[in-house]
Amino acid sequence: MVLPEISIALPEIFLAVAAMALLMIGVFRGNGSTGLVSWLAVLSIGVAAVLVLMGSGEAKSGLSDLYRVDAFSNFMKLLALGASALAVIMSMDFNKREKMARFEFPILMLIAVLGMMVMISAYDLMSMYLGIELMSLSLYVTAAFRRDSLRATEAGLKYFVLGALSSGMLLYGASLVYGFTGSTNFGVIADGLSSGRIETGLGLLVGIVFLIAGLAFKVSAVPFHMWTPDVYEGVPTPVTAFFAAAPKVAGMALFIRTFAMPFGDVVAQWQQIIVFISILTMALGAFAAINQKNIKRLMAYSSIGHIGYALVGLAAGTEEGVRGILIYMTLYVIMNIGTFAIILSMRAKEGMVEDINELAGLGKTKPYMAALLAMFMFSLAGIPPLAGFFGKFYVFLAAIDAGLYPLAIIGLVTSAVGAFYYLRIVKVMYFDEPKEGFVPMQRSMGVIMGVCGVITLLFFVYPAPLLSSAAHAASALFN
Amino acid sequence: MADFNILSWVTFLPLAGVVLIMLTGGKEEVAARNARAVALLTTLVTFVLSLGIWYMFDNSQGGFQMVEKAEWLGGGINYHMGVDGISMLFIILTTFLMPICVLASWDAITTRVREYMIAFLIMETLMIGVFCALDMVMFYLFFEAGLIPMFLIIGIWGGKNRVYASYKFFLYTLLGSVLMLAAMITMYVIAGTTDIPTLMATNFDSNLQLWLWLAFFASFAVKVPMWPVHTWLPDAHVQAPTAGSVILAGVLLKMGGYGLLRFSIPMFPEASEYFTPLVFFMSVVAIIYTSLVALVQKDMKKLIAYSSVAHMGFITIGVFTFTQQGLEGGILQMISHGIVSGALFLCVGVVYDRLHTREIARYGGLVHRMPKYALIFMFFTMATIGLPGTSGFVGEFLILVGAYQVSTVTAFFATTGVILGAAYSLWLYRRVVFGELVKEDLKTMLDVNKREIAIFVPLIAVALWIGVYPDPFLDVMHASVTNLMEQHQASMEMVKSSLHAAK
Repeated sequence: MVLPEISIALPEIFLAVAAMALLMIGVFRGNGSTGLVSWLAVLSIGVAAVLVLMGSGEAKSGLSDLYRVDAFSNFMKLLALGASALAVIMSMDFNKREKMARFEFPILMLIAVLGMMVMISAYDLMSMYLGIELMSLSLYVTAAFRRDSLRATEAGLKYFVLGALSSGMLLYGASLVYGFTGSTNFGVIADGLSSGRIETGLGLLVGIVFLIAGLAFKVSAVPFHMWTPDVYEGVPTPVTAFFAAAPKVAGMALFIRTFAMPFGDVVAQWQQIIVFISILTMALGAFAAINQKNIKRLMAYSSIGHIGYALVGLAAGTEEGVRGILIYMTLYVIMNIGTFAIILSMRAKEGMVEDINELAGLGKTKPYMAALLAMFMFSLAGIPPLAGFFGKFYVFLAAIDAGLYPLAIIGLVTSAVGAFYYLRIVKVMYFDEPKEGFVPMQRSMGVIMGVCGVITLLFFVYPAPLLSSAAHAASALFN
Repeated sequence: MADFNILSWVTFLPLAGVVLIMLTGGKEEVAARNARAVALLTTLVTFVLSLGIWYMFDNSQGGFQMVEKAEWLGGGINYHMGVDGISMLFIILTTFLMPICVLASWDAITTRVREYMIAFLIMETLMIGVFCALDMVMFYLFFEAGLIPMFLIIGIWGGKNRVYASYKFFLYTLLGSVLMLAAMITMYVIAGTTDIPTLMATNFDSNLQLWLWLAFFASFAVKVPMWPVHTWLPDAHVQAPTAGSVILAGVLLKMGGYGLLRFSIPMFPEASEYFTPLVFFMSVVAIIYTSLVALVQKDMKKLIAYSSVAHMGFITIGVFTFTQQGLEGGILQMISHGIVSGALFLCVGVVYDRLHTREIARYGGLVHRMPKYALIFMFFTMATIGLPGTSGFVGEFLILVGAYQVSTVTAFFATTGVILGAAYSLWLYRRVVFGELVKEDLKTMLDVNKREIAIFVPLIAVALWIGVYPDPFLDVMHASVTNLMEQHQASMEMVKSSLHAAK
């Protein structure tokens, strides 16, 4: 029987079929069907999420051991799917108003999501690369989607060239790992390393370093972050919103799986590298954002900083650490989507604005939007009782538990430095005199930012579901 | 009554006021009037309810009372509330000052009144929460969250240089606090729980204690504030609206002192003993240096802000004497300072509302036009100096008695602070209230109105009460302070005996 074998990839297969079906609809009905295709894309993502949920929670490998489904992959997939669905919804109105509504856009996002799902479930260096490339190629195209805008195409090209370079490094690292371990399968490598059958020599270490370099690019960790600010600023805002959430989740998932599973037993070999990257990433995110005037660029540096905090959990290399990352990424995605829903509502009479000073006096002209943005900013800065604090708390808890005191202290201090630029947005909104207000926002944006805001504000009241499901997901990697 | 969780009710009741204010809309003027009324009502009800805590409080018990516990984050991190003789009075102080703050802002705040009242009510919940929390993570939550409303209060309704002051306030405090967070996580990793009573009974390795103590001290020293990390306070005070200053001086600074009592001393007894000379040194410098700085201030609020630093120096000395008198004096002085310095800021607020300047040189001869004001201001000037019969005297006296038993040098230098305190306070009073009434715009100033009298009367009453008959306040503390000292001595004995054993 072939059927049971492929059933573990059912959500992915469904998404692939759905993407092709939607492409057909788009091709036959033209750009007029963009709205329909977008909603169908959201629906397909929803169905895929249901399929993920319906799969049994127990860990299972399949498809010739290329693929693995467990509580961890389910957690990350749901997160990536949720973030993508919201990104599709947020893009619709923007694309229509900016006259870039084309039916390919939601379909490309759908294919990118498919790539992410493959990344999250990858259990082999081959399937990992396949997933990464599927996602990346779709993202390159979405980045350059507004093809008559010089800024967007430049950003797209930049993203493509650097992305291709990083894929090359990743592939090179994978080939070194294969060469020195004799297998591309995560399970085989893990067994070999833990039983001592495979020696941990310099060659393997170089391979791991290249793998880290490639993965660090995907999650935009220092020193492979250079593309992020330019791309975030250059591409259309809904694309930025998409880039800032779902691909980061997938990249992080892959990062965790690679380093918790095949290389979980040689923590000492790579821990220092991750600690180093993490410190640099947090520091750069905090200091470089201070002078930014464009809110998308600021969010780019903010996302770099947040990846640094998530990597703190990875540096710990423990189950606690992974749990911390899962909590962190979930809350980060929620805060980020809320923030981008607000950025997408920064529309003056002349069109979209991105300068932070345009927010001046928002506390008077649009009190609810301002209150929500202020809350997201305080939360991103990690001020309790908002959700962002709990993310930080759990990753630093893992770091201290693993004895990484300098890392934890440096991280906490950079978070205080980072608070400075988040405060600036609050200051501009509340302390400065109002400018001309924005035009009324879309209702869907209002709903998205409101829901994200409520979760951010009230997470502390009932944190148990996220904490326990993250703990469950993390334990799947360590048993 | 067993099921009535009075601490949670008192803590979260102000949030009900927040919801009510949010629900009331309408025209700006109507909304402002409603917001003021709701805020006043909420704070008054909270105050009355908080008196129930005092009523139910059992003075003979040294441990925590009215304890509430529920599952929260899991893994030893719970929702845990409770009060003892150290924290109870701070709750009452907070709820007592809040209606006064609302009244003080009645006419002074005219823009965005709804937001202002919401910020104050949220602030109240967070402040009470700090004093009720018996779980470190909860404590940190309330402690840090207070930064947000205060940042907005200073930044939105503050004076000319408000942006600088609000940033300085926020970042200074945050930087200290993140180090405390690192220490808290370390303790959690070791003890497996963030439960404060459990941690008090946990013995941490003496070497580690030093680091943990320093990390907590980084946060509390900024909050108290102690020299040399006090520089945010004068800026924040000068720029904050009057009620903001009252809350800042009255309650926020006390969180630092309370933190030392709740965490540093019981949890790290050896480190506390080890660092006592450092604390004494910093406190003495604070007392003398900031008193001298206060003497040359041209701005009334800045002068009182510096005097706050000096007074808080007394408190840290008292707390670190580890004597019954010193500790009780420290706590009582915190309560007294909360009332007296709050009242002094209100006194400044009264003339500021009329003339819109805090420059001392712009005033003079107010006694001729404002006799009632002169009397009120005189009373609180005397109270801040520590005249017998006012609340300031009892606390200072006890602290100095305690300090003298431990270190005569410290007591000597601290006492010079009393003299300097008299100098700057009296000189301020002379320059503002006495002298000829020559300035034209002062000649039309009106004396305190009924609302302002209503603000000051309870403050005067309490300041006199503590000054004349402090027993009800001290009785509350006795058992808990004795408890704290016994624990401290027991752990010091243990250290000594283990040292002997090692020899």
